[in-house]
Amino acid sequence: MSSSTNQKLSRRLRLNWVDSFLIGVRVAAVVFIAIGLVGTIINFANGEGPTAVAWRDLVVGGIAQGTMYGLIALGYSMVYGVLGFINFAHGEVFMGGAMTAFFMASYFVETGLWADSFVIALILVILSSMFASTVIAVLVERIAYRRLRNAPRLIPLITSIGVSFFLQYSAAFLFGISNKSFPQPPQGLLNKVDVFGLGWLLIEGTKLLVIVISVVSMAVLYFIVERTKTGRSMRAVAEDKEIAGLMGINVDRTIVTTFAVGGAMAGIAGSMWALLFRGVSFNTGFLPGIKAFTAAVLGGVGNIVGAMLGGLLLGLFEGVGPLLILDGWGIPGVSQLKDVVAFAALVLVLVFRPSGLLGERLSVEDRG
Amino acid sequence: MTNGILDVRKVIRAGLLAGLVMSFTSAIGMVEDFDRRMIIDGLFSLGFLALLWYVPIAGYKVGDEKVLEGMEIPPKSRKHVLAGVLVGLIGGVVLLALILITNAMDLRDVFIRLSPNLVALLTFSDNPADPNFGVGAIFLIGMPGLLGAVGGALHLVSPRLRRQIVVAPTAIIVSALVKDVIGQIMRTFGLDTVVRQLYRNGAVRLVPAIIGAAIAFYLAGRERRETSRIREFLTHPDPKVRTRNSLIVGAGSIVVVVAAPWVLGSLLSEILATTGIFLLMALGLNIVVGFAGLLDLGYVAFFAVGAYTSAVLTSPLSPFFSPEWPWWYTLPVVVVVGVFAGIMVGTPVIRLRGDYLAIVTLGFGEIVRITFLSDAASPWFGGAGGIRQIPGIPLGFDTISGSDPEYIFYFALALVLLAAWVSYALLNSRVGRAWTAMREDESVAEMMGIDTVRSKLSAFIVGAVLAALGGALFSAKLGSIFPTSFELLISIVILVVVIVGGLGSIVGVVVGALVLIGVLGGPRQPGLLQEFGEYKLLIYGVILVYMMLKRPEGLVPRVRRQRELHEDELTQDDWFEKKGELSELEGGA
Repeated sequence: MSSSTNQKLSRRLRLNWVDSFLIGVRVAAVVFIAIGLVGTIINFANGEGPTAVAWRDLVVGGIAQGTMYGLIALGYSMVYGVLGFINFAHGEVFMGGAMTAFFMASYFVETGLWADSFVIALILVILSSMFASTVIAVLVERIAYRRLRNAPRLIPLITSIGVSFFLQYSAAFLFGISNKSFPQPPQGLLNKVDVFGLGWLLIEGTKLLVIVISVVSMAVLYFIVERTKTGRSMRAVAEDKEIAGLMGINVDRTIVTTFAVGGAMAGIAGSMWALLFRGVSFNTGFLPGIKAFTAAVLGGVGNIVGAMLGGLLLGLFEGVGPLLILDGWGIPGVSQLKDVVAFAALVLVLVFRPSGLLGERLSVEDRG
Repeated sequence: MTNGILDVRKVIRAGLLAGLVMSFTSAIGMVEDFDRRMIIDGLFSLGFLALLWYVPIAGYKVGDEKVLEGMEIPPKSRKHVLAGVLVGLIGGVVLLALILITNAMDLRDVFIRLSPNLVALLTFSDNPADPNFGVGAIFLIGMPGLLGAVGGALHLVSPRLRRQIVVAPTAIIVSALVKDVIGQIMRTFGLDTVVRQLYRNGAVRLVPAIIGAAIAFYLAGRERRETSRIREFLTHPDPKVRTRNSLIVGAGSIVVVVAAPWVLGSLLSEILATTGIFLLMALGLNIVVGFAGLLDLGYVAFFAVGAYTSAVLTSPLSPFFSPEWPWWYTLPVVVVVGVFAGIMVGTPVIRLRGDYLAIVTLGFGEIVRITFLSDAASPWFGGAGGIRQIPGIPLGFDTISGSDPEYIFYFALALVLLAAWVSYALLNSRVGRAWTAMREDESVAEMMGIDTVRSKLSAFIVGAVLAALGGALFSAKLGSIFPTSFELLISIVILVVVIVGGLGSIVGVVVGALVLIGVLGGPRQPGLLQEFGEYKLLIYGVILVYMMLKRPEGLVPRVRRQRELHEDELTQDDWFEKKGELSELEGGA
């Protein structure tokens, strides 16, 4: 009796060598981060490294970038929730929005609207970016993904890689491979704004604008998904396509809506990106796309609030992480390693917490 | 088109699509850039091929009916020709509209290639300021109409004649595109005068083109074609004869392959060597993706690791450690490092589900590249400046480097044969069967006692070692390596090669590499058609999507794989016809 209990216990405790390896990676990551943190804190106490003001700017920049990641991540997350595959081309949908923003803004600079009434011009730019991205997303779904509804899981993923390539290089050849510089917003927007009159919370106008617009769009999206009839059918289709169809929901149309909404959010993010970094090129979509996917997984795939939260955290981590962790190690040129930090976050999140912070929500077919 | 009634919506849709394809190739600058390369001297350029290729296909396809089992085959009628003509005409009108708009307003701020030069080219005017719209309109609408009619008419003729009509022009186009190969072979055998008779400025002369088309037309029409004769030769019923025949074929192909670099000259050997290195990696990736079903998007990382290991150990300019070993000595180290890299990347990801695994490996690939690129690693690996002065492969009498592509090709060939042999041996071994079982259904495989962790990891390790060896050869060939040589593009292009060839099919991967890398070229390496330049990346994307939608099993599919993808006819029809959701396609990728 006792021997069998022992056996059970030992079986439960017996660790596969893969598990030990993963535990080793975990410990190494924690130790690495801890030492880096301590080093940075010591540097800071000694008055070396970035000042408090620099840290504040990094945090604000990280949040601004994070909200954009969150907007893009929504598209990944919703599509994964509904169809169960990674829409690799979503980064290019975002790039399409950024490109459109550039062309519209340049046009408004020419007509003078950009200088005369910036707000109207910006609204028009954002609307046209949303429109372009939505059209791209819906067309891609119609042409490439729809006929792969029942294909094995990796087939649509590989297809989406092809679509991403096609869109990227189409943009390169149609619009030229040069980096396009986005027109400068009015001077008032470049100055720092004292938020809440606190005195110490000075945020650059464009970043504040980006954060506000992104948060408002997320709130609107949340309202649509949680409170409207369209949103309810989207959630139903994400839960179970077959049953949703039996309940009288037009599954195809709902899937198109999902792509359209995700595209619109990516369009907003694209115009914000162009405005903030003031540069657009054909490969603008690649890195933000991958990172936004990381954000979606970090928050929990299929989980809308999770995508927003994941984006915010990833942006923050990417903005602060290199200086906070790597600088403490005395590694030179840490800002070059920003993307390494993001990709390391991607690997760690997917390996150790693939269900995300807030839990994933997948359709019945994709669970398990 | 059933019962001879013209399906107007279908025709309009196909016509608009044809117009869109023509407008797109014009707007991305393909037509203009390719116009310099002629196919038939003074008559037809590659640019116009890029412009018009889709029209006959559209004209044919508009009359296409999917015939499922048990359906009546609809009657053919002249309506097909009419439909084809209409498709071409609509497409032509779309293209003409684009040209007129381009001429009327300056779109170059947005679409940089929609310029007066394009208008001049398509309206056959020498002066960009003075387009010739009369001629242009006749050509731009008439030519697609004619080609559409030809496409539609293919429905009316017998299958034999259809084959002849398709083969004859294709043969001429192909012989013009591979002019470098044919010309070089002939020149090696002292047939310079013949080359001059056949080609001018890289294009087939008009008279040889007509004669060649006639010959191709005749050959395509023969009842017993050469391919079937070869197949019979290889599958002779008598096993003794069969063995003898395959030995003859094997010996013959070895002679051809060994002689190839000397017959083809060093310029083409360069392409062969590049193709060999990419083929080596494709065979490695085929083990990971095709056999074990693990979609690795960061495969280039192993390639980079191998290249850097070899470079550090051989180059006198390696920053932190430079033993200046001969290339040969580095091979065991490269293998060990490859195994290590395979374990390091493989272990964390094997528990993940397929698509997450793809993204994590992509992340690893990018981490490796950015790390090599960063200042932080430059004291070890030279940062963006890379590692230079890699000496090449010492062979006693000479040192082989990038300037001797013939020898590099032999090395690549040896490694490819090794990779092919490893693939073949593994596939028919215990671990190969474990991969197959695992790919078809992981939980069932696990329940049958297969150690999935070990199987997956071994696939990763074998793939990593092959890529690392490819990297070692790559560094010896280039003489200096930079982090930018190891971008994500390489992983994707190799994936396209494997998928186009046929996942899991060794022969397929060889065919895929020859067709894609040999003809189009690697991401940064030129192929046979150097005109394609950067456009090949666009074409890779299109090919990937097309293959996934229309032929996911690849050009030369592995039998089992085809079975997995087309589990039963019902599912297949469902998949292609998009009619309802009949049943879930289980297993596979």
